[in-house]
Amino acid sequence: MSFSFQSSLKSVLTVFLLIFGISFFAAAQDTHEGHSEATEAGHEATENKINVKEIIFGHIRDSHDWHLFSIGHFHASLPLPVILYNPSHGLSVFMSSKFEHGHAEYNGYKQINDHDIEADAALHGGKSDLAKGKIISLDGSKFYNFSITKNVLSMFISLAILWFLLTGIAKKYKRNGSNKAPSGWQNALEPVIGFIDENVAKPYLGPKAAKYMPLLLTFFFFIWVNNLLGLIPGGANLTGNITVTLVLTLIFFVVMLVNSSKYFWGHIFNPPGIPFGIKLILVPIEILSNLMIKPAALAIRLFANIFAGHTIILSLICMIFIFGAMNRGVGFGFSIVSVGFSVFMFFLELLVAAIQAFIFTNLVAVFIGQAVEEHHHEEHAVEAHH
Amino acid sequence: MDLLLPEFGLFFWTLIAFVIGFLLLKKFAWGPILEALNEREKNIADSITSAEKVRNEMASMKSEHEVLLNQAREERTLMLKEAKETKERIINEAKDAAKEEANKIMAETRQQIEFQKNAAIIDVKNQIGTLVIEVAEKVLRKELSNKEEQNKYINTLAQEIKLN
Repeated sequence: MSFSFQSSLKSVLTVFLLIFGISFFAAAQDTHEGHSEATEAGHEATENKINVKEIIFGHIRDSHDWHLFSIGHFHASLPLPVILYNPSHGLSVFMSSKFEHGHAEYNGYKQINDHDIEADAALHGGKSDLAKGKIISLDGSKFYNFSITKNVLSMFISLAILWFLLTGIAKKYKRNGSNKAPSGWQNALEPVIGFIDENVAKPYLGPKAAKYMPLLLTFFFFIWVNNLLGLIPGGANLTGNITVTLVLTLIFFVVMLVNSSKYFWGHIFNPPGIPFGIKLILVPIEILSNLMIKPAALAIRLFANIFAGHTIILSLICMIFIFGAMNRGVGFGFSIVSVGFSVFMFFLELLVAAIQAFIFTNLVAVFIGQAVEEHHHEEHAVEAHH
Repeated sequence: MDLLLPEFGLFFWTLIAFVIGFLLLKKFAWGPILEALNEREKNIADSITSAEKVRNEMASMKSEHEVLLNQAREERTLMLKEAKETKERIINEAKDAAKEEANKIMAETRQQIEFQKNAAIIDVKNQIGTLVIEVAEKVLRKELSNKEEQNKYINTLAQEIKLN
């Protein structure tokens, strides 16, 4: 019954942990061998003063290795594959451990490190726009970065989780038919699927709800699972990344445009029953709001919510060390307050994870509903007759 | 602020992974799940309608049943009444018949008694007659033993005849 599904999930986790463990030891060895005395001394000097911005953005930003924890100079991190395509030099594929955390150059590429940022800041009057850890080519030639970064790997993991979870349920439905009471994960996810169907798809999409249900469900579960994975300490901040939310919005936008009705475009470019003078003002507003502001707001809302949640939790944690740097006792004292707030924020973020997934899905349904709707007024007239 | 700028690699992988993930999930997960859920919804709706139908049928059957029961009850009362009437009629008839029979028997008995009485009276009369004749014979025999007496008697008789 559910054993096969559970065991398959277990085996996936085991394989994942195995790979994880092996790479972890490889990474640990790298860090030990790679550091020279001089760089370690330099590192220590910068590490002693707390760079809050660096800590927070380091956690929120995508990176080329999956950092787990650091004890002193020991950095436990999982190296990830770097895939670079340079039109002039060709393809180069290697593990990010070759860069030795920004200390080494490899194959004509290097990662931006603290020294580069300091040098850049000196050039630009104390401020630098360079992002630590970003790969640049030494000769300044243009290249495309297809690397499997922390976010990409996290997304693959989330899709794998969704795949095993959902196909497991699907198999159960197929095996047991629709008349047997649901059990296990089936029981847990059925109300969620029902909720999306009853409260999101049907109210806004009406008779076309069934067509868009798979897309809405995929949006909802993808965002929800990734929000939750992001909350795990050491997890990737995928849904708090503008690129990911932009892609989700782009997919929604394409679906909306492909399925939009004549009526929708008619309302944008030629709103009925409005004088010509007002149309001149209204049409640009309609174009802006329907084709730009609504999708952009969708992408920014999700990004900003998750980004903000992560930033707040990290800031609260950082406060312990800021106070700790001033005075050890104050640091310990504040840690109680900080942990209390962090736990509160964590629970709030659990809620936000589900709420933002729901809001994104809901707005997608609303916007698609507006775009695919046909003969709005006639329908209302018919309804009124009924 | 590089945080607000899309990254090419992540964009590329997210787009590919999400689209492939969506298509696979649609075919192998959402399809069967939604199908099963819709089927169940339909089954439940059907079950409710059929339950309603059965309930209505039951109600109509119950009322029919009630009508039949009432009819049966009425019939029973009627039958009981008829039976009572029949019983009384039979008893009365029997009584009448018995009375008649008794009267008939009584009449016959009376007739018989009358007849016997008459026969007895006739018998008594006959016996008395015989006795009278015997006595008269004896008396006559004694009286007519002397002549004088004989003549006297003949004279009396003759006188009687004349008077007649």
